[in-house]
Formats: sequence, structure tokens, C-alpha cells
Amino acid sequence: MENNNAPLLEMRNIKKDFFGNQVLTDINLTLQAGEVLGLVGENGAGKSTLMKILFGMDVIRETGGYEGEVLIDGQEVKFSDPFDALAAGIGMVHQEFSLIPGFTAAENILLNREPTKKGIVSEAFGPRLNTLDYKEIQERSAKAIDKMGVKISGDMVISDMPVGHKQFTEIARELSKENLKLLILDEPTAVLTEKEAEALLQSIRNMAAQGISVIFITHRLQEILSVCDKVVIMRDGYVVKDSPASELDVPEITRWMVGRNVESAHAAEARELPDARTILSIRKLWVDMPGEIVRNVDLDIKEGEILGIGGLAGQGKLGIPNGIMGLYEAGGTVEFDGKPIPLNNPRACLSASLAFVSEDRRGVGLLLDESLEWNVAFSAMQIQNKFLRNFGLFKWRDDGAIRAVTNKYIDELKIKCTGSRQKAKELSGGNQQKVCLAKAFALEPRFLFVAEPTRGIDVGAKALVLEALKRFNREFGVTVVVISSELEELRQTCDRIAIVSGGKIAGILPASESSEAFGTLMVSQVV
Amino acid sequence: MKNNQRAKFNLGRLLQDNIVPVMFIVICIICFPMSGYSPTYLLNELVTRMGRNTFLVLSLLIPVMAGLGMNFAMTLGAMAGQIGLILVSDWQIWGIPGIILAMIISIPISILFGIFCGNLLNKAKGREMITSYIIAFFMNGVYQLIVLFMMGPIIPIIHDTLKLPRGYGIRNTVSLLNMRQHLDNLLAINVAGIKIPVLTFLIIGVLCLVIVWFRRTKLGQDMRAVAQDMEVARNAGINVDRTRIIAIVMSTVLAGFGMIIYLQNLGNFPTYSAHTQIGTFSIAALLVGGASVEKASISNAFLGVFLFHLMFIMAPAAGTAVTGDSMIGEYFRTFVSYGVITVALIMYEARKRRTRSATSHLLALAQQEEEARAK
Amino acid sequence: MGKTLENQSTVRGFIDRFGMPRLIIAAFVVLLFVMAPIVGADLTMQIGNVINRFSWNAILVLAMVPMIQSGCSLNFGIPLGILSGLLGGTLSIQLGFTGVTSFFMAILLATPFAVLVGGGYGWLLNKIKGGEMMIATYVGLASIAFMCMMWLLLPYTSPTMVWGLSGKGLRTTISLEGFYDKALANFLPIPIDPENGLYFPTGSILFFAILALGIWAFFRTKTGTAMTAVGSNPLFARAAGINVNRMRLLSVIMSTWLGAVGILVYQQGFGFMQLYMAPNNMTLPTVSAILIGGAAVNKASIPNVIIGTILFQSIVTLTPTVVTAMIHMDISEVVRMIVSNGMILYALTRVMKGEGSR
Repeated sequence: MENNNAPLLEMRNIKKDFFGNQVLTDINLTLQAGEVLGLVGENGAGKSTLMKILFGMDVIRETGGYEGEVLIDGQEVKFSDPFDALAAGIGMVHQEFSLIPGFTAAENILLNREPTKKGIVSEAFGPRLNTLDYKEIQERSAKAIDKMGVKISGDMVISDMPVGHKQFTEIARELSKENLKLLILDEPTAVLTEKEAEALLQSIRNMAAQGISVIFITHRLQEILSVCDKVVIMRDGYVVKDSPASELDVPEITRWMVGRNVESAHAAEARELPDARTILSIRKLWVDMPGEIVRNVDLDIKEGEILGIGGLAGQGKLGIPNGIMGLYEAGGTVEFDGKPIPLNNPRACLSASLAFVSEDRRGVGLLLDESLEWNVAFSAMQIQNKFLRNFGLFKWRDDGAIRAVTNKYIDELKIKCTGSRQKAKELSGGNQQKVCLAKAFALEPRFLFVAEPTRGIDVGAKALVLEALKRFNREFGVTVVVISSELEELRQTCDRIAIVSGGKIAGILPASESSEAFGTLMVSQVV
Repeated sequence: MKNNQRAKFNLGRLLQDNIVPVMFIVICIICFPMSGYSPTYLLNELVTRMGRNTFLVLSLLIPVMAGLGMNFAMTLGAMAGQIGLILVSDWQIWGIPGIILAMIISIPISILFGIFCGNLLNKAKGREMITSYIIAFFMNGVYQLIVLFMMGPIIPIIHDTLKLPRGYGIRNTVSLLNMRQHLDNLLAINVAGIKIPVLTFLIIGVLCLVIVWFRRTKLGQDMRAVAQDMEVARNAGINVDRTRIIAIVMSTVLAGFGMIIYLQNLGNFPTYSAHTQIGTFSIAALLVGGASVEKASISNAFLGVFLFHLMFIMAPAAGTAVTGDSMIGEYFRTFVSYGVITVALIMYEARKRRTRSATSHLLALAQQEEEARAK
Repeated sequence: MGKTLENQSTVRGFIDRFGMPRLIIAAFVVLLFVMAPIVGADLTMQIGNVINRFSWNAILVLAMVPMIQSGCSLNFGIPLGILSGLLGGTLSIQLGFTGVTSFFMAILLATPFAVLVGGGYGWLLNKIKGGEMMIATYVGLASIAFMCMMWLLLPYTSPTMVWGLSGKGLRTTISLEGFYDKALANFLPIPIDPENGLYFPTGSILFFAILALGIWAFFRTKTGTAMTAVGSNPLFARAAGINVNRMRLLSVIMSTWLGAVGILVYQQGFGFMQLYMAPNNMTLPTVSAILIGGAAVNKASIPNVIIGTILFQSIVTLTPTVVTAMIHMDISEVVRMIVSNGMILYALTRVMKGEGSR
């Protein structure tokens, strides 16, 4: 390749913040035509945000745009929506399928770009009344499928397809665009079987051979090495490594992904509790939660400890508490304090003195349209008959007691609000999270699951929330299990950390263990 | 073993999915001997009613295709058609030209109503049917405002025979004596004592062809895409809201034509109530033909009109024969029309839930299997 | 400058919270009251009429509250409650009860029907969550048609109720004179305009007040709190160990029973019992009344019931006299249709809270 040729894609000094929260800092990246670039990093490292900028997604513009330049073929571009990006020859296959289930593969591949034939009516009423040219649709979609080097019938209806075929259909749709120069694949192999994944990798090689550049995002590092020309590793919004794939191996990539400066990892407070007895024991747990895999999980949690559960997204860490607490269908056995806990029964769990702060704050965690008082007191009222006055037949709400307990937690957790009667939806994310904690604390549980306690909240609130959890654990001897995608946060808060990979517990390590050890566990069984 | 189970499951499913037509066939078989009608009489009546109603029922197909469900607001088109007929009879343009002119007049009114309705439905995604049901009631008020108060002072009405004695507003019945069955009688043939309105059926046939053709157009394809997944369609660059509005406008315009065909057969119409039940009966007929809220075909429409009206003709006579009270049959057929819609709606919602729970069940099974294998 | 901006936003906020149509309707009603004396209508009599009509209808509107609160949406299936009430009323007369006794016997006899029918209806609504409104509408319509057949076929014999000639089959309209006509209204009536037979229906209002108080109190109990939470966010309620389906079922039974009582109270005020297709005419006005009163599709309160019923009945009572006098056309029926259905349409086209999470 000649030097004076501009690269296909160049990103210069890209910066992006979400409401003051810096998520991308000085990203530089170049990609030549026909090159395959592997983009790796932990969840939250900034990979998807970077791709959203490149693809002109609405969310970027709505949150104040980005700094820096994106150049395609040496020309600076500013995409105002994904259709601009498409026009410039960029295609993207998202993690979620974007296919019409009742249409055939061919119809999906050419959706809204169907070749048509003119007729008398369309001359009068416009091109939307052109009739479809089914033969041409077949031919063009077949051509796109051929580019991948796989065999899929264009007549097959999407809803009858195995997942792998759906993934190929998505890619074929991008390939069918004549001007496609760059294809972004966001974890395309996550849902594929090994065989399908191998076929996909082969088709990526085929595409590259035809001059199409590919940006390939995956957690399966072996795939990166087998198909990519170069690898870009991101961590905490920075590019930390950019080098040819031939110079890297899996352990090295892992190190770059999770490796942090030794001094920042202060897991000083981690305790060892050798004499503590097992309070919750989980055996052969499976959970049916969309987007999560939990299979055959065995886990013992010691009384009085703070256990962290970490792992990459979708590997099952969220499924574990949601399954145990009865929010999603689950099977297996769970024993708490020697007594079995019936699964699929939220009330039984709560009655047994377990509590759960859900990761889905707005969906499950809160009554958005009700006052803070209701949010804090509701579960305790319903499960433990607290805050009620008994009038023989009727149990009346004791609004005075409810207000008192709400105000207590407003003070303790420093919830910013106009008063205990403010509606939950009017609070900021961080304060909503504190309300969720208050709800769990009001139950005075012996055991607490907290899922993603710091997701989407600002730094100040983060520290407060984690501190409150620690205090709750230390002062009342409550066993706490924190589930979080941020390893660093777990290392600061927990005593031990279990890493989930591929729906199973890949290992449990003391919080003081090195980041590399955790990183290795995270990718050990990724499916 | 497993295969066997699946086969049984499918047969049950097949019956369950077609329960409404099967039920109707049974009702008709039971009613037939009780009603005491001769086959010739029945056939004659049926042919007349099929000519009268099929066009209206066909007007429901396009919104179903666009994922809007049953268009209860098809009455808006019926109102537009009636306004057209009122004006035409005031101008005393009779016969076929009158019918055609009424249709032409109804088009802009239908389009206006349709755009209004479509916009509201776009604001009520996921609740289209109940919203269109209420729109029909709302627009009934507007229709009365126009016909009962504005016709005369604002919209000129020349002939006093049409006006209420008080000087404005239209009388309770509009006579279409001079265009009665003009469409049906043109080219009509008589086969073994059964009068067949060939022209009307030709028009219906043309509409069927248009629908078949429309399904193959870009717009038709877009509608099918919008029906299945609005988000995906939007991502592909289809203007979802506009597509849905077009579907409703088309349905409204067709319903207007359908109403005119329907009323020219009857020969007069009650000004303020002719349209009120037409939505319910047309929808019930379509559902009887085996259509569902998300899928309706031309054959559903024909089978439905056939079975529904067979029941409609026989029920009063059968009811009288059994109970000695003619009203029983009347109420029975009302009950059946509402009942059919109820059953179809329940099946639609239940099926939505069933597919959801089925996937989660399968997932659980797969995981268990894998677990077993792992051991 | 900043001040005016702030003012503007509070005004905007107020309109948003209250809803433009509601403000227009309230303004319209105020205008009607102001115009009434000007066009020569007797204001005292008008207000007396509004109060009386309020006493007939308020409990039917109250019947919307439990189902809305538990998230079963607007109760388009209120005909089921009404039919239970009609069964109770006809049975009470058939069994020979008269006077005030017949009213309370009617309620008593209607209760098992309401509980049974409500239970079945609630079970059905739990099967089809998310599609409640449409199915409720058609379940209501189908039941009305079914009961039309029953009114003809059931072996009623009371001569006041059956057709005189054939001696069987119930009449379409049955006079309640001698039975429970004004059973409540005649309890401590306060004369407003005795010459025109206009009294303040103390008993009816008191009866409504007792039921409203009961509902208000219920929503302060543990169960009532749980029911509200189910309507506000079913996922939250489930995570807190609430049996969502049971709460919804209970709310449907309550609504159905209130509907049954509501129609009996309506009849005692009106003086007649209307059978056959008549229950159909109650649904949409009742639904729109509570919406006019400020209820949302999943939130309703007693003040919503009271305000809504007063506003709606004011429109019904005043438009015929006032508007007719003003423009010499009786467009009251049209106004009522457009206002009530327009209000329902407005509520349906608003974005529903928590919809995405369901």
C-alpha cells in the first residue's frame, strides 16, 4: 500500500463526555481498506460509545456531541444520523437483531431498498406503488450472501432460522449495500455456536479479501487473534494498546484490558473470615433471564462477608440474584441458614430475611409515580407488617411511622429531595439508587443482594452508596453480595470476589488478588 | 414419543386457531333445519348479502396488514359515504351517475377523516383498536353536528323533502329509491331463480385484484414490515407513522365506497344510525372467516361474509321456531357478533402471551438438557 | 424576564399536569353556569338537577376506581356490574319485596352475581394483561346481548315486570313505583324547589358518601396499598412479594360489585329500571366522567370521581337549556358525545406511565 494513500478511516483525538462524566479521552485510530481491526476492552471501557460516534447514533448528538475528528478516505465527516453513516459506506451490525421476523432472509436483506418495477399506477401516485421485483430481490440477496462465503437460502423465514443464520442475514444486509466500505460487528459471535462462529470468522476473512474493512468487537480473544490484522485495546476511555495482532497473545491482551496501576488497586479493607459459617448455599442453579445465562451455579456465601460477583455483561452475574429472589424462572436448590428457600417465590425469600436491590431501578426497583415514603416503606409493610396500625379486621397504614422511617433514611443516606412526599421519578439517578437501598434497609434483612449499585450514577453518589453498603455490613453484620460490572469497585468494597463466566462461577478470589487474575477468569469460559 | 406429542399439539393448535369458523359452521348446520328455509331462498338471500357486504369487509384488510388490527373506525368511511349520498340525492343525480358521484364526493371526506384517525392512532400505539373504537363514537358526534345542524345553514340543501320540518338538518331517513339496486341490476343475471348482481361482484373482484397487487408493491411491503416490527422498520428508513396513516386512509376510502354499495342495495338509509353497527358487523364477519387481529386474507373475508350472513338470515327464524319469540333470534345474532369479536380478541391476546411463555419454557428446557449433558 | 419565563413554565406545567381538554371542559361548565341566568334559565333548579343527577351517577363512576388503581385500565366492562345489579333488582321485585326493603334486598341479591361474574371477569383480565380495555368492551357488549336473551327466557312472573299480553319476558322499561323508587332520595330530603318536585337527595348523597369513604379507607389499608402499588408498577409489586393477579382479581370484583350497586342507586333516583340494550349506554359516559375528573388510565381517586361526575352531569343538564337558548339549536346531544368521547380519546393518546417496562 502506498504511503500517500489516506487510510479508509481515521479517528483523531476523539473525546466524549456524558454530563461531565468523561467516557472517551483522546482516542486515535486508523484503519486501512481491507483491514480487520479487533476492538477489545471491558464493559464500560468505551468501545460502544466510540462505535456510536462513528455510526452517528442519535444518543451522541442528544448528549452534546463529541470532540475530535472522524475522517473517511481523508475527508472529515460529521454524521447527524445513522443514515448519513450508511450513505458514507459504513455498516453496523448491532448486538440485538434488527430483523423482521415474518420476512424471508432476502426480504430482510433488502428491507426498504427493494428493487422495484414501475407501473402505470406508480407513475401517477409515486414510487411507493412500484411493484416489487422479487427475482431481482432474490438475486441481489444471494449475491450478498455469497460475499460471506456461506450458504443460506434467501427464501427462509427469519423466525424459522437458527440464531447463526439470523446473524449472517444481518451481515448480508450490510454487504448488500453497494457502497459498503467499513463494517462494524458488535459482538457478533456472542450468540453463535462454535461452528457458526468459525463460519463467521471465515466470512470476515472473505470480506476483507474483497477490500471491505471490518471493526470486530468481541470478548472471545482467540477469535481476535485468528482473524484480525491489528488489535486496539481500550480501558477506561483510553486506547491503551494499538498493535498488530501478530505481536499479541491472549494473556497479554487480558493484562492490557484489566491491568491497572498497582497503587490504584487499594483493596486494603478486604477481610478474611476463615471461621465464618456458610449462610447461603447455592447448588445447581439455573435461571431463565433474557440476555443472561446462568447454568449449574454452585456458590457458598459466608456469614458476615461482602462478596462481590463480577464478570462480563451477559455472562450470568445478574441472573443469579434475580433467579434466587424469584424475579425470573429458576431451578436448583438454595439453602439459607440451613433451610431451603423455595424458588420462584419472591415473598418467601423476603420473609426469610433476604433482600434485593435490583439493577433495573426504574423498572423493578421503584414506584416512580409514588412518594419516597411509599417506596421506602412498601416492602417492609407488606412483608413484615411494619408501619401498620391494627384495627381488628383492618390493618391501616401508619403514615406517621412511614414518614419517620423515610426521613431517617433521607438523613442517613443523604438523599437529596424536597421532602419525604416527593415523587420518586423526580429524583436524580443517584438519589433514586439511595431510595432503593433505603427500601432494602427498611426490611432490616440478614442478607442483601445489590445488583449494579453504581450503574448510571455520578462519582459522589457512587462513593456514598458503596460506603453505605459497607457500613450496613459492618454495623449490623448483614451479609452483602454486590454484583457489579466494575471490577475496581468490587475490589474496593468486597472481601472476596466471585467471577462469573459463561453462566458458571469461574473462580473465587480474595479481593486483594491482582487484576490480571480476575481478567483471566472473566474470559475463561466466555460463550 | 416426542414427535407424537408434537403432532397432537399441532392438531389441537390447528383447531384452536380456527375455532371461530368451525363454531360457525356448527351453528349454521344446527340452525338450518330449524329455520325451515328452502335452499333456494337461502341462496338468493346470501348472494344479495354477499354483494352488499363483501366490499365493506374487504376494506378492513389493509389496516390488518399494517399491524393496526381491526379498524373499528371504518365507520368514518361509512359516514363519508353517507354524506356523499345525501348530497347526491339533494342534487337529484340518480342511478349509476349518482352512485359514482357520491363515491367521488366521499373520497376527500374519507381522506380527511382517515388522516385525523391515523394521527390519533399513531399517538396510541399498542392500543389502536380501543382507540379506533372510541374514534368511531367521537366522530359519530361530529357527523351528527354536520348532518343535523350544518346541513341547511352552512352546507346548502335545496330540497325540503330531505330537510327536517324545522328547516335545517337531514330527515331521519334518506330515500335512495331512484338509485336502489341500480348497480346490482346492471348486468344482473338470473340462474335457477337466483339473481346474481354481476356488476357488483365484478367491482368486488376488481378490489380483490387491487389488494393482491397492492401486497406486491413497495408500500404494501413497507406496511407488512411496519406491522411486524416498527422499530426495525424505522431503522431501515421506513417512515412508520406515515405508512400507518396511509393504511388507515385507504381503509376509510374503501369503507366509504363499500357503504355506498351497501346502501344502494338497501334503497334507503336511517341517517343517524346506518353507520353505527356497520363496523361491528363487518369485523365480526371477517373474524368468522378465520381472520385474526394480525392476519386477514381475501378468502377470510369471503368465507366470513358467507358464514356470518348465513347465520344472520337463519337465526331469527330458528329462534322463533325454538322459543316462539322472534326477538330471541335477533338478540342471538347480536350476541354472536359480539361474542365472535370477543373470542377473537381473547385468542389474539392469549396467543401473544403464549408465544412469550413458550420461548421461556423452551429456554429452561434447553438449559436443563445442557446441564444434564454437563453431568 | 427570568420571572416571566418562570411564570410561563409554571403555567405550562399546570396545563400539562391538568390536561388541556380538562381545562376546556371546566371552563365550558363555568361558562354554562354564568350564562344560565343570562339566558333566563332558573339557576336554582339547574343546580338542583345537577345535584340529583350526581346522586344517581356517582357510584357508577366510583366503580371505576378499584380497577384503575390496580392497573386493569378503564373499566369498559362495567356492563357486567350493571347486569349483576339488574339481576338483583329484578329478583328482589320477583320475590315480592317492596319499598325500601326491596332496594337493600336488591343489593344483597346482586352481590353473589357480582362476586361470581367479577371473579370470572377478573380471571379473564389476568389472562390478557395489556389488552384489557378492548376485551372488556366486547365482553360487556356480548354479556348485554346474552342477557337480552335471558330477560326473555328466564321464568320471571311478577306482573309489574313481564309483558302484559304474553305474560312472560321482561319489559324493556319497568317502573319502580312501589318498589325502590327514591328509596334513598326520600331519606331526609331537603326541599330545593318543592313546587317542581325538586329535593336535595340527602339519603342518596349520604349513601354515596359512605361507599366513597369505604373505598378511601380501603386504599389506606395494607391490601389497598398493595393494590395501588400493583397499578403503579406491577414489577415492583411482584418483587416485593405481592401476588399481582390476586390484587387485580380483587379490584375487578370490587369494581363489579360497585357497578351493581351503582345501577341500583341510579334506578332508585331515575324511578325506572331499563333492561335489554340499555346498560350499553352507561359505559362511555361513566368512563369519561372519571377522566374528566382528572383520573389517568392507572390512577384515580375519590376527588376525581366527585369532580368528574359534577362536571359531566353539569354538561348533560345545562347544555340543553343554555346552549339551546343561545343559538336556538338543541345540540346538547352532540356536545355530550363529542365531549365525553373526546375525553376518552385524549386519555388514550397520552403516553402511559411505565408502559415501556411492562
